Amino acid sequence: MSAATRPVETGPAARTQVRFADLLRSEWTKFRSLPSVRWTLLAMLVFTTGITLLVCGGDQGRYSALSPEDQLAWDPTALSLNSFFMAQLCVSVLGILVVTSEYATGTIRTSLSAMPRRGRLLAAKTSVFTVVALIAGQLTSFVAFLAGQAMIGSHDGSPTASLGDPGVLTAVSGTGLYLAAIGLLAVAVGTLTRATAGGLAVQVGITLLVPAFGGALPSGVQKAFAYWPSLGGPEIRNLVPTPEYPDAWTNLAGMTAGIAVVLVVAFAVFRRREV
Amino acid sequence: MTTIEVRELTKRYGPDVVVDGLSFTVEPGHVTGFLGPNGAGKSTTMRMILGLAPPTAGSVRIGGREYAQLPVPLTEVGALLDAGALHPARRADDHLLAIAQSNGIGRRRVAEVLAMVGLEKVAHRRAGGFSLGMRQRLGIAAALLGDPQILIFDEPVNGLDPEGIRWIRDFMRTLAAEGRSVLCSSHLMSEMAVTADHLVVIGRGRLIADTSMSEFTRSHGEGTVLVRAEYADELARHLTAAGGVVRRGLERSLIVTGLDSAEIGRLAAFHGVTLSELTPQAPSLEDVFMELTQDSVEYAGATA
Repeated sequence: MSAATRPVETGPAARTQVRFADLLRSEWTKFRSLPSVRWTLLAMLVFTTGITLLVCGGDQGRYSALSPEDQLAWDPTALSLNSFFMAQLCVSVLGILVVTSEYATGTIRTSLSAMPRRGRLLAAKTSVFTVVALIAGQLTSFVAFLAGQAMIGSHDGSPTASLGDPGVLTAVSGTGLYLAAIGLLAVAVGTLTRATAGGLAVQVGITLLVPAFGGALPSGVQKAFAYWPSLGGPEIRNLVPTPEYPDAWTNLAGMTAGIAVVLVVAFAVFRRREV
Repeated sequence: MTTIEVRELTKRYGPDVVVDGLSFTVEPGHVTGFLGPNGAGKSTTMRMILGLAPPTAGSVRIGGREYAQLPVPLTEVGALLDAGALHPARRADDHLLAIAQSNGIGRRRVAEVLAMVGLEKVAHRRAGGFSLGMRQRLGIAAALLGDPQILIFDEPVNGLDPEGIRWIRDFMRTLAAEGRSVLCSSHLMSEMAVTADHLVVIGRGRLIADTSMSEFTRSHGEGTVLVRAEYADELARHLTAAGGVVRRGLERSLIVTGLDSAEIGRLAAFHGVTLSELTPQAPSLEDVFMELTQDSVEYAGATA
C-alpha cells in the first residue's frame, strides 16, 4: 500500500456529512493564521486609544477651559468614545479583508470546492468574524473609555465618568456593539465588491463621505441619517441624548437592521455568482 | 463508482460559446489527458465539474451525483486548479489545515500529505516564499487531503523545471495505478504523450477526440520512415517511382511517407542499394495534435 492510499484517519474525525462546526473551525484557522488580521486588530486598539488620549488630553478635555454652555453639556464618556471613527475604519478593513483576501489569492475556489453549499460557507465565515468583532469592539471601547477618563482626570477639576455611573456601561458597551455592526457591514461590502480596494472605497464612502456631505443631500435621504453609520448609529455613546437623535437604542437597532438587509443581499449574490 | 461523466456540457458567456455540447467520461485507473490549445475551454470545463460555474446546459456527474450534492466533497474529489491559490502570508500547514477542517479532516492527515509531497520540513514556513514547484506540491497535498478517488489537475506542469515535471508525472501515474480517476489538463501534447493513457482533445469547446493514447497515434496522421542508404539519390528515385514521397532529412537521410519499411527494404534489395538505417517513425503526437486543432486555435500566429 503506497503512501497515497493510506486511508484518512478514522474515528471521531471521519465524517459522513460536513458539519457546521467543521466550517467554523476551518474559518477560524484561516482567520488566525493571517498576520494582517493580528496587525489590524492591534492597530484598532492602539490607534483608537491614541486618538482618545489626544482628544481627552487637549482643551476639549479641560472642564475649566470650557464656556459655561459647554460645561453644562459636559459628557466625558462621549468624549472618550469619539475615537470610534478610528476604530470603525480598522474593523471595516478587517471585515473586508476576511472576504476579499480569498478572492485576491484565488483560495475562494479551493474553499468553494471543499464546501459547495455556499451559503453555509459564508455563514461560517460571518459567524467567526462576528465573534471576533464583538470581542474587539468591546475591548476597544472599554480601553478607550478607561484611557480617556484617566487622561481627563489628570486635568485639575475635570469631572470624569466611571463605569458604575448611570448609563455609562450602556454607552461604552453600546459603542462596542456599534463597531461590531460596522464590521458586519464591511463583510457584506467585501462580499459584494470582491476586491479590497473597491470594498474599502465603498465602506469609507458609507461611513465617512455620506456623513461629511450629509447636509448637501436631499431631505428624504437625510431621514435615513438617524440610522446611518457615524451619524445616528453611534449616538449610543452620548450619555445625554442629542436633540436630533433622542432614542439612541432605536438608532443603533435601525442601523443594524439595515446592515442585516445588506448582508442578506450579499449572501444571495454570493450563492449565485461564479468564481 | 468513481467516474466523472460529462454530458452535453455547454457554457455560454454572452455570445461566446466557451464549451459546446461536450461529452466524455473519466474512468478509474487511468490518467485522462485533457488537451486543447489555450482558450479551448479546458479550465471552464473543470470549473463546471467542480460546481464553481453553473453550466448553461448539460450536466456533470461525479459517481452519479452532482458535485454540490457530495456530502464530504474532499473525500471524493481532489482538485488542483491553480498552484498560486494561496495566501502568501499563511503558513503551509495552516493553509492545508483550514482546507482539511472544512471537511472534518484533522491535523494528522495534514502532516501525512505534507510528507507525501515532501514538504514536511517547510510546513511552518509561509507559502509566499515557496517556489512554483513547491506551490504545486502544496496544491497536490491539498487535493490529497481527503484521500479522494477522483483527482483533477489543471495544467499541473506549467512553468515547472524538469525535475518538478517528472515528479508530478510519476505522482499522477501512481495515483492512477492505485485505481483512481485522474483528469489532467494540458496544452502540451508532448507532456501528455508520456503521462496519459487516455486522451480527451477539445478545440473551441468542442470534442475533437476521445480515445486511448495508442489509438490516437495510430488513427491520426501517417507515420514516416527514416532511411539512410549508400546511394541515397538513386534510392530516392526508386522510392518516388514506387509511389513514396521523399524528403531530405538531416545528414543525408531520407524521410519517406507513403511506403512502409518492409516495402522500402524490398525495393532497396531489388535495386541492390545497401541500407545503413531503416527506422519506422510514429507520428509525433505534437504533429497530430497540431493537425487536429489547427482550425480551432483561437488566435493563430502568422507563419513566417
